[in-house]
Amino acid sequence: MMRLRIGLCLASVFVASLALAQGGIDKRRSGYQDMGPSLQKMQDDGTANPGMLFVQLGAQAWATPAGAANKACVDCHGASGATMKGVALRYPAIPEGADTPADLEARINLCRTANQKAAPLPPESRELLSLSAYVAHQSRGQPIAPPDDPRLAPFRERGAALWAARQGQLNLSCAACHDDNAGKKLAGVTIPEAHPTGYPVYRLEWQTLGSLKRRLRNCLVGIRAESYAYDSPEYVMLELFLMERARGMAFEAPAVRP
Amino acid sequence: MWNLALLLVVLALAVPAARAQQVVGDAIPTSLTGQPGDAGRGRAIVASRNLGLCLLCHSGPIAEERFQGNLAPSLAGAGSRWSEEQLRLRIVDGARLNPDTIMPPYYRTGGLQRVARNFQGKTILSAGQVEDVVAYLATLRD
Ligand code: HEC
Ligand code: HEC
Repeated sequence: MMRLRIGLCLASVFVASLALAQGGIDKRRSGYQDMGPSLQKMQDDGTANPGMLFVQLGAQAWATPAGAANKACVDCHGASGATMKGVALRYPAIPEGADTPADLEARINLCRTANQKAAPLPPESRELLSLSAYVAHQSRGQPIAPPDDPRLAPFRERGAALWAARQGQLNLSCAACHDDNAGKKLAGVTIPEAHPTGYPVYRLEWQTLGSLKRRLRNCLVGIRAESYAYDSPEYVMLELFLMERARGMAFEAPAVRP
Repeated sequence: MWNLALLLVVLALAVPAARAQQVVGDAIPTSLTGQPGDAGRGRAIVASRNLGLCLLCHSGPIAEERFQGNLAPSLAGAGSRWSEEQLRLRIVDGARLNPDTIMPPYYRTGGLQRVARNFQGKTILSAGQVEDVVAYLATLRD
């Protein structure tokens, strides 16, 4: 009973912050708002949200030493993931000493290789998704806040150009669906505005957690365009554009999507 | 010099996966195959999610397909509004009429960017399939 009440209380705080971030004249809609009440409930309820399993696995990985340095994340960042609060809200960002932006997964892998002296975790691997879910979850309910780093601007602009460019055999752009036709039905599916508020996301169609990149690849495949390699800069550029477009919206990771 | 010109002509004839079509006004007057299409097959193509994809965006009088799109006008009555010749151009390459259209070009391979490897150089529908779809649409009369 107690747990249920705390759960409900947290859920209402979360919903309230959603309303706050998106209230007033802000007409932007997260994919959350396009889902039915049962999926919304699944996302909000920590015991029903399958993404929370990955958050738990991430908490374990956070404390597990790895690599030639035999260090765990806790050794540098502290035992509590709370030090990661707000981090996911400002990625992609340019890591210290680098000159190109990295997204959250790439940043985690940078810690793997540079600090733990371990091999990078493969894209969409259980461990990488768990760690990014764990880190992202610390920012749940907070407004998305890309950094004001002028060096990001040219990358973000290239992301905006990719967003607007027609591609694939179906000759469609991201904007054609997500700006011009959001809210309409593509066959039975409501086209969302494509805000990156919930990633990594538990997608029922995948039956697992997946990254924003995996979601973007799905759309590229849908329009019969060649998808980019997982480590290609194009995804980071699109992510930069999408995070700026969603600035101020409430972060929901790990979200649930159909 | 003449040889080069000849070579270019030969290439132009050999290369296109989608044969050049004669556009007159807002229509393509002649069948892409020289044959009339089959309306029954056309209906199946329009209804199909991975062949025609039409009902992703359009609705139409195909009751057994429950999930239909609303990004585009209903196909009901298309045969009253347009002639077969006009329908043919709209399927082949609607951008000839409206450069901003989101309707995919079903029988064009040129001017497309970053097409997935397995679809490169291929049209969405074959010439015969376009004719089948045109024949079906022509039966949709109000
Ligand atoms: C033909 C329409 C169409 C095009 C073009 C398209 N998408 Fe999507 N996109 C969708 C639909 C429909 C969904 C939701 C699918 C679902 O939930 O089953 C979606 C989902 C998304 C999401 C997830 C939103 C959420 O709430 O989690 C993102 C992000 C996204 N798309 C980005 C893109 C990008 C980037 C491009 C271009 C490279 C693109 N899309 C092109 C139709 C499209
Ligand atoms: C990605 C969206 C999309 C798909 C897929 C699509 N269409 Fe369209 N279609 C449109 C839109 C939007 C229009 C409105 C005219 C325009 O934009 O130029 C249109 C117009 C038409 C028209 C003219 C309608 C009228 O009454 O003016 C016909 C006929 C048509 N489409 C048939 C089809 C058929 C048949 C298919 C499949 C083989 C198909 N469309 C696939 C988006 C689409």
